[in-house]
Amino acid sequence: MLIGVIGAGVAGLTAAFEIARAGAPHGAEVELIEKADGPGRGCSHYAGGMIAPWCELESAEPIVATLGEEALAFWTRDIPVAKIAGSLVIAPPRDRAELTEFSRRTRRFERLDADALAALEPALAGRFSSGLYFREEAHLEPRAAMRALFERLQTMDNVRIRLCADSVPQADWIVDCRGFAARGELAELRGVKGEMLVLRSEEIELSRPVRMLHPRHPVYVVPRGQGVFMIGATMIENEERSRVTARSIVELVNSAFAIHPAFAEAEIVETGSDVRPAFPDNLPRISRQGRTLYVNGLYRHGFLLAPALARRVARFLFAGEIFPEVMNANQGEWTDARGRGADIGAPHRGIGL
Amino acid sequence: MGKSDDLVVYDARLSSRFLLGTARYPSPAILAEAIRTAGAEIVTVSLRREAGGSRAGESFWRLIRELGVRVLPNTAGCRTAKEAVATAQMARELFGTSWIKLEVIGEEDTLQPDVFGLVEAARILSDDGFCVFPYTTEDLVVAERLLDAGCRVLMPWAAPIGSGRGINNLFGLRALRAHFPDTPLIVDAGLGAPSQAAAVMELGFDAALLNTAVARAGDPVAMARAFSLAIEAGRAAYLSGLMEPRDMAAPSTPVLGRAFGDGFEA
Repeated sequence: MLIGVIGAGVAGLTAAFEIARAGAPHGAEVELIEKADGPGRGCSHYAGGMIAPWCELESAEPIVATLGEEALAFWTRDIPVAKIAGSLVIAPPRDRAELTEFSRRTRRFERLDADALAALEPALAGRFSSGLYFREEAHLEPRAAMRALFERLQTMDNVRIRLCADSVPQADWIVDCRGFAARGELAELRGVKGEMLVLRSEEIELSRPVRMLHPRHPVYVVPRGQGVFMIGATMIENEERSRVTARSIVELVNSAFAIHPAFAEAEIVETGSDVRPAFPDNLPRISRQGRTLYVNGLYRHGFLLAPALARRVARFLFAGEIFPEVMNANQGEWTDARGRGADIGAPHRGIGL
Repeated sequence: MGKSDDLVVYDARLSSRFLLGTARYPSPAILAEAIRTAGAEIVTVSLRREAGGSRAGESFWRLIRELGVRVLPNTAGCRTAKEAVATAQMARELFGTSWIKLEVIGEEDTLQPDVFGLVEAARILSDDGFCVFPYTTEDLVVAERLLDAGCRVLMPWAAPIGSGRGINNLFGLRALRAHFPDTPLIVDAGLGAPSQAAAVMELGFDAALLNTAVARAGDPVAMARAFSLAIEAGRAAYLSGLMEPRDMAAPSTPVLGRAFGDGFEA
């Protein structure tokens, strides 16, 4: 059978990869279709690339952490582009209450005192006296990750890639991973604007993503290597894609400056803005209309959630499995799929992978 | 209490005394559920950042509008009267309401209102037909000036926005209530715990506006319910006539004539 995957952002690339991998023994072919002339030209391009399932518990539902844990294995073993160096969460002394709140909502961290923090990230020594260290978390460079995944797809025998494509193939199944562009078909989908900034400074060395909590302007810095740092990201309930406002840049730079004063002297390498696709509950969803599966609503968790969603799509296609945690199973759209949708294997329910 | 205790602000009659802000919730779905649980009839929305001066924030506001609540746009983050007036005009067009919660921020650290700019903007907007809800301090003279400028409601703070400190100046808030017995007074900012909301309602304030304490709670929906109960309790207590504290214990059961020894053998 032929499965068409639309969209070569992180959701589409991982879906194509997992479907091709799981479908190979069944003789399944995958055609990945992308409107642009290369992979990762949508909002994935501006992602932070933090694989931080436990930090995200601060504002996300537990399911995000559960699904996100699968991403750690994916990005370190299947497509080994991530580095497990942990995440560090800090707050300026006067906002220490934020750190307490963060620690109440998250798990799998250790508390660091001034000495431990200075030992872990010497660049922060003397300015921050306490922090939370999430040792098991990872980070990656989103553009490199998508390139690696794209190159891997090019080597797979049962994968065809069509760039600059303007038509969808006649396929047995379509897996629609277009993100915000699928808004016309997904009524509840909305966009949440995010702006980011890339700075270069030879004076600062960080080994892992650092999140600085602040009641008004929380910010994170992700080291990209060679003195390059990604600073992100604003969260605005707004669907305009490409306008970076001066206010947002001021806030991001101001917060970065609070993490390390040398950021004030850094070179601005890039600014970027796009919208994250989100459903009203800010949770990801695999929905179905006939023979089309929509993988969408990854919100601010593209790289964190895409692998788990991709595997679930593949398990549905080749084993008929239903995953109620992301499939809205009570809406009836899946029930007739059991047996019919699964072309191979006996259908059964399950969430364990 | 029923209908006889409705709160009238401008052209609206409200049975709920709980106003809710819409910022910083984990998701719009949780926000919607919190609004429903709170029973709020008015929600404040911040125009400045979310809409970007265009209709681009439409999806989010459609979710809010579907709840059937009244939208009170605010001018959060504006620092001058001019900026606030422009934002209010934009909000009127965008949300189709002449209600505006007027904020003119004068100090970045405490987000304290610039009362001079506030009065100036309130006059311009009232003259332009707006129903102005000014975010102000407990200052009596400023309150008087705002009423002169055309405001029919005042929104004094309890403490700085988002600080969760509760009543910062009890004497000042009492005095404000006493000076303006007939003006709807809605406590706008600084409430962190349901007990604090109950406390301002017990002082006789007409309503309370919450945002951060609900939005950033571990369970915003449950916290919305807690505040809703507290606001209702505080209001009921105010209407019932609270007792005055005394310096001496006063037994609720008379001691005179009571048989010796019952229950107190030792």
